[in-house]
Amino acid sequence: MEIFGIPLAAFFGQLLLGLVNGSFYAMLSLGLAVIFGLLNVINFAHGALYMMGAFLAWMGLQYFGISYWVMLLLAPLLIALFGMVIERTMLRWLYQLDHLYGLLLTFGITLMLEGVFRSFYGVSGQPFAVPSQLVGATDLGFMMLPIYRAWVVVASLVVCLATWFVIEKTRLGAYLRAGTENPRMVEAFGINVPLMVTLTYGFGVALAAFAGVLAAPVLQVSPLMGSNLIVTIFAVVVIGGMGSILGSIVTGLALGVIEGLTKVFYPELSSTVVFIIMAIVLLVRPAGLFGREK
Amino acid sequence: MSRKLGYAAVLVGLLIAPFVLYPVLLMKILCFALFACAFNLLIGFTGLLSFGHAAFFGGAAYITGHVLKVWGLPFELGLLVGTAFAAATGWLIGGLAIRRQGIYFTMITLALAQMLFFVFLQAPFTGGEDGLQSIPRGYLLGVIDLRNDLTMYYVVLAIMVATFALIVRIIHSPFGQVLKAVRENEPRATSLGYEVARYKLLAFVLSAALAGLAGSVKAVILGFGTLTDVHWSMSGLVVLMTLVGGMGTLFGPVLGAIIIIALENKLGDVGSWLAQVTEIEWFNTLGESVTMVTGLIFVLCVLAFRRGIIGELAARMR
Amino acid sequence: MTLALEITGLHAWYGESHILHDMNLSVAKGEVVTLLGRNGAGRTTTLRAIMGLTGRRSGSIKIHGVETITLPTHRIAHFGVGYCPEERAIFSSLSAEENLMLPPTLTAGGMSVAEIYQMFPNLEERRFSQGTRLSGGEQQMLAVARILRTGAKLLLLDEISEGLAPVIVQALGRMISTLKAQGYTIVMVEQNFRFAAPLADRFYVVEHGQVVTQFSAAELSTKMDELNELLGV
Repeated sequence: MEIFGIPLAAFFGQLLLGLVNGSFYAMLSLGLAVIFGLLNVINFAHGALYMMGAFLAWMGLQYFGISYWVMLLLAPLLIALFGMVIERTMLRWLYQLDHLYGLLLTFGITLMLEGVFRSFYGVSGQPFAVPSQLVGATDLGFMMLPIYRAWVVVASLVVCLATWFVIEKTRLGAYLRAGTENPRMVEAFGINVPLMVTLTYGFGVALAAFAGVLAAPVLQVSPLMGSNLIVTIFAVVVIGGMGSILGSIVTGLALGVIEGLTKVFYPELSSTVVFIIMAIVLLVRPAGLFGREK
Repeated sequence: MSRKLGYAAVLVGLLIAPFVLYPVLLMKILCFALFACAFNLLIGFTGLLSFGHAAFFGGAAYITGHVLKVWGLPFELGLLVGTAFAAATGWLIGGLAIRRQGIYFTMITLALAQMLFFVFLQAPFTGGEDGLQSIPRGYLLGVIDLRNDLTMYYVVLAIMVATFALIVRIIHSPFGQVLKAVRENEPRATSLGYEVARYKLLAFVLSAALAGLAGSVKAVILGFGTLTDVHWSMSGLVVLMTLVGGMGTLFGPVLGAIIIIALENKLGDVGSWLAQVTEIEWFNTLGESVTMVTGLIFVLCVLAFRRGIIGELAARMR
Repeated sequence: MTLALEITGLHAWYGESHILHDMNLSVAKGEVVTLLGRNGAGRTTTLRAIMGLTGRRSGSIKIHGVETITLPTHRIAHFGVGYCPEERAIFSSLSAEENLMLPPTLTAGGMSVAEIYQMFPNLEERRFSQGTRLSGGEQQMLAVARILRTGAKLLLLDEISEGLAPVIVQALGRMISTLKAQGYTIVMVEQNFRFAAPLADRFYVVEHGQVVTQFSAAELSTKMDELNELLGV
């Protein structure tokens, strides 16, 4: 069976892979947007912390025999703590300054983190086995569905939607939304906004680390996996705009799928299609598809 | 008066330098100094942070390398073509990036430069991972043989000094004043009737073109163009050079370029020395960890040293 | 008896701008005090300084006898202070009810949500609307209502009558009287003299960041000429 000249199984296989990548795009751009909303900092280190999440999972398994499932919870926690230390010791001195210093600082941190990991592990990837419970694939008739990839998409969606729910529908989320709009006023009500800022940064990077653990069995665990991703994430947030949580999720998933489809029909274009879309969006709707101009 | 003396002293120093240090290294420093000065035109004087300048630097290097090697164009024409390519690319990227303000502008320059990186990666003429090799030096104006390193050095020096003088002229011109106004207070500049977007775009194109010139010259000096030249780490490197030297100062970027390149070359030696002194074996790998040290310098500069060396000196002397 | 608010020798800056020069005032528990003065005199800055929302501060600000000048903003609220800023600061990314529920309860004795909706029925009607979609008057009521919910008994109200229809202003006036009767301590910044005069126990006139004169409500009639000169009213 063929669709547009491509065998059906291959087509849906690429579509699923596109969804998998889109899940990572969604989770990372979500974390980036949440951090940017409250801290006004573009966290360049988001990619490096995603990489560290993957590496922690790998190191946990390799050196301590800790299972993937434990690392799925432990790695984000550890990275959250690490991120909160970064925020408290370095980022917070820059809030009064021009936004570009936040970008430059996190860029420097990215180089340091990647440099350290590269010096120990080189640039080649470490393999990471799919956890035994998720090995294999089921036959859906029109395609083979690798269970692990389905798990990645489902887990990502659950986490993203849970994040959306907490931010848009709960009291805690109200503090975050209000703090993004007018942090001084929220402080005047007695809420410890500096603490909220630190926790938010921790949460944002925990999302990145979670994505990293999910990614470990799919991609190879390499010190460069973050930097390959982060620039695409920037394009995703420019396309989607950073004002809306659902917008970030939808944009990330959609772009992942579009990229996947491009790989099927125009493979030469697949590495640049996201940027081309960004250029088009900039011409037609500069604030982004879901953007609320800040 | 003392300033004129200072300039003269520096010029004399530059003229005799190739007899003291390796000409190729000096030329490399000159190229990066120009690259950083071109970049500074945008960040230091217009207040726009571009994180994609490698696209112009490395892109022009590829284009110049190709026309010199494959089309057999003469040296001057090769540089011109490279610079023109950078200017055109600058016009396209700048035109898109200017549609957003602040940090979005920066992200867009990074993303578009990354797109160009992928284009160069896939394009056959660049040689992909192997790079574009064996770019001929050729002759200047058909007569001067550039294969002699010393001759090449003085040609490069002449180009650099002329371009630096051009940058100084631009900064002090009425156009430069408007750029400064845009950096200080963009809404005010708009309310005074200046079409700020046009000025920003022109500054961007100029900055891109000069960065391209630097890249073109570098391609000829070293004889090859690589993907490293168009990678975002190169964009980050020029940011670092300008930051360390002093954003918005005239000589800051030059000093920054000297320091960073010297660091890159000497890092291995520093690492060995540290390994000896502290007896920590890991320091021996420092030479390969240029990335990490670069990152550390970035972090330290942003936290404690934002004005850069020249900036700090200028502040002290006031 | 401890004063609810005691400010001595207060200086405050926004960056390099020195706004408050040796500000002194005191407010007893249950009093309603009004800060009068021209625009730019430093009245709003005084309220913001109490909350720690300005730049550098020096001097002394005592709330219920406790020194608060060194404390960060989020700790000051816990002394039972409610601040209602001039710009109202209703959050557009929250619904009206979310706005109302946002400030955490500081002490017991605050108004319950039911009581608030009784006092402000409009707010109940519009509680699911986006905060900034409410009318000016409704937003002002919301801004005051949300601090009443927290149990704050020392209220700092900045120009709450500004830009509102006379009917609404009257309603606000009645609300202030009710609060006063219930023992609230209120510091009001008001341009609208007619609104403030019947409510206040004492008046301070602020000019160039310091108090130039003060008088009680009883002395008001004798001070009208002086006031007219000072305020250019």
